[in-house]
Amino acid sequence: MSGALVIVELVQGRPAMASFELLGLARDVAAPTGGGVCALLFSADRAAAALLIARGADRVFAVGDPLAADYNSDTWLAYAERAVREAAPAVVLASHTTSGADLAPRLAFRLESAVATGCVSVAAEGGVLRFTRPCYGGNARETVSFRTLPAVATVRGGCHDAVPADPARQGGIVALNGGVPASRLRVVERRKENPQRARLEDARVIVAGGRGLNGPEGFRVLGELAEALGGVVGASRVPCDLGWCPPSLQIGLTGKTVHPDLYVAVGISGASHHLAGCGGARNIVAINTDPDAAIFRDARFGIVGDFQKVVPALVAEVRKLRAGC
Amino acid sequence: MHIVVCAKLVPDPEAAFSMFRIDGQARKVVPAPGLRWVMSPFDEQAVEAALRIREKRPGTRVSVMTLGAETARNALKHGLAMGADDGVLLADAAFEDGDSYTTALALSGAIRRLGGCDLVLTGRQAADGNAGVVGPGLAELLGVPLVSFARDVQAEGRTVRVERVLDDGTEVVEAPLPAVVTVSNELGAARAPSLRETLHAARKPVVAWSAADLGLPAGEIGAAGIRCVRERVFVPVKDGRCEMMEGASPEEQAAKLALRLREAKAI
Ligand SMILES: Cc1cc2nc3c(=O)[nH]c(=O)nc-3n(C[C@H](O)[C@H](O)[C@H](O)COP(=O)(O)OP(=O)(O)OC[C@H]3O[C@@H](n4cnc5c(N)ncnc54)[C@H](O)[C@@H]3O)c2cc1C
Ligand SMILES: Nc1ncnc2c1ncn2[C@@H]1O[C@H](COP(=O)(O)O)[C@@H](O)[C@H]1O
Repeated sequence: MSGALVIVELVQGRPAMASFELLGLARDVAAPTGGGVCALLFSADRAAAALLIARGADRVFAVGDPLAADYNSDTWLAYAERAVREAAPAVVLASHTTSGADLAPRLAFRLESAVATGCVSVAAEGGVLRFTRPCYGGNARETVSFRTLPAVATVRGGCHDAVPADPARQGGIVALNGGVPASRLRVVERRKENPQRARLEDARVIVAGGRGLNGPEGFRVLGELAEALGGVVGASRVPCDLGWCPPSLQIGLTGKTVHPDLYVAVGISGASHHLAGCGGARNIVAINTDPDAAIFRDARFGIVGDFQKVVPALVAEVRKLRAGC
Repeated sequence: MHIVVCAKLVPDPEAAFSMFRIDGQARKVVPAPGLRWVMSPFDEQAVEAALRIREKRPGTRVSVMTLGAETARNALKHGLAMGADDGVLLADAAFEDGDSYTTALALSGAIRRLGGCDLVLTGRQAADGNAGVVGPGLAELLGVPLVSFARDVQAEGRTVRVERVLDDGTEVVEAPLPAVVTVSNELGAARAPSLRETLHAARKPVVAWSAADLGLPAGEIGAAGIRCVRERVFVPVKDGRCEMMEGASPEEQAAKLALRLREAKAI
């Protein structure tokens, strides 16, 4: 077994940025195994396949089956298993999303191998593949290797650079269509949020709120700051659990992994579980009434103060700066 | 119907990490001796999901199952005090130092030994290792469908209907029973044990099975059966230098911050 297989996720028909990052990672780890990079794409769209080739795929398995257009655990698993049998990769990489985290462990068991979930780095060293991932709520990290092949992993966003698109790159497209068992699952209903809303996973600026916002009203104030900064709103788990904002805003170990240039944490104490999702931000700003809050240990800039006063003042300052440039 | 909830006993996941120590040699995270151990929070919510189903379907039996040291019995006690009907304890030195694979294999063996069941519920991930592998692994080993990240679980006839959390919304998925469902925190808070159930719990049946009782080959369980080798555990370093924006008023602090962010090219 050699090379890597990347399981691609689509956002409105286009491969997600995170999938391009996985192709970049796959190129690095595939090289020492002496194999190429394959991608598994759940779409027959040739333009999407071409994008994957331009970003590092040598071969794209394109699944035209309409029953696999949206994630279905059984159907995706069946196609993933087929792609693995054809490509015989040493490693299979998926994004650490709700579909990747559903699929990858099943695939590993199906292949009688093992999986590392939520990885922050994957390295091929002296012929050994090593996976590093947070554990103990993000307080610690572990590095693991496997006794079995192929290794399967889900990888958090922002852990590797995508290779720049090279439209001249050559690659093959292999159609996969049908011949898999019918899914036992039936999706009865799907409620997707407004697809026009900017994705946290790709945002350059995020303003995130926590329990310190003291209610849904606080998120309106946060929205103004996000707008002034040209960013999007996120949250710690507490406001999601309390219904102050939708669960899809949750950032952290069990929420989304984000990697913006600027992360403003407002009324967030800085639990390791939260930092596991945003620790990779280039600049963290913390606004908190408690000078001893853990978040100040991870932040580059801090303000001790009440968000109700600080945030509106910051909105005004940011607008002033922006108007002046 | 018969529901088996798999629940793990873990060191209090909300405890300060100063209560833990890294043993580099053994490649383990070691909790301080005084630290409280609890049922992993998502597993508590899995018990909650099972009890909600039982409320709608009288006659439903809820079993809690745990694999761990003898102290893991406390996870069963907690589940029984919440209202589960009986417990299965898998405490055998032969299970020690396993991985997700050996754990899932032993749990699947115990479920088979029970004569199977209609629904297996697990947490989305254990709060110590944070893997989220055992649930999907059980589905594969038992050859039944998986629905992960449930925020609502309804059992109607021979079907389980799950509202599952997506990255950008939710979906409702139906699967035929038997099935495995993993439960996420969006399900809502788990009930606290009531006094009545706690008093009752001591009299509820708990069976303890060894590796031999499950008829699993010795090479497939515990340290002998692992597929995943932990090579290193460490605490990531933080530079810990935060520049505080001092000022006589929030306006002054905000003005300083905006300026520093501009200098750092962050805005
Ligand atoms: C297994 C597990 C997984 C988890 N996964 C996640 C996850 O993915 N994401 C996540 O976020 N959490 C997660 N958690 C929860 C996590 O441990 C923390 O409980 C949570 O992050 C705390 O949220 P918080 O910082 O908003 O609230 P708190 O810890 O309550 O902090 C509130 C902060 O607001 C400050 N404050 C109060 N009033 C004001 C004010 N007026 N102005 C400014 N500041 C104010 C306070 O000083 C305090 O620091 C998980 C927990 C477990 C056990
Ligand atoms: N030792 C164990 N005993 C019982 N259930 C377990 C055990 N380990 C894991 N589980 C179950 O599997 C889920 C996922 O665990 P993990 O894959 O370790 O993150 C947990 O939430 C539990 O429901």
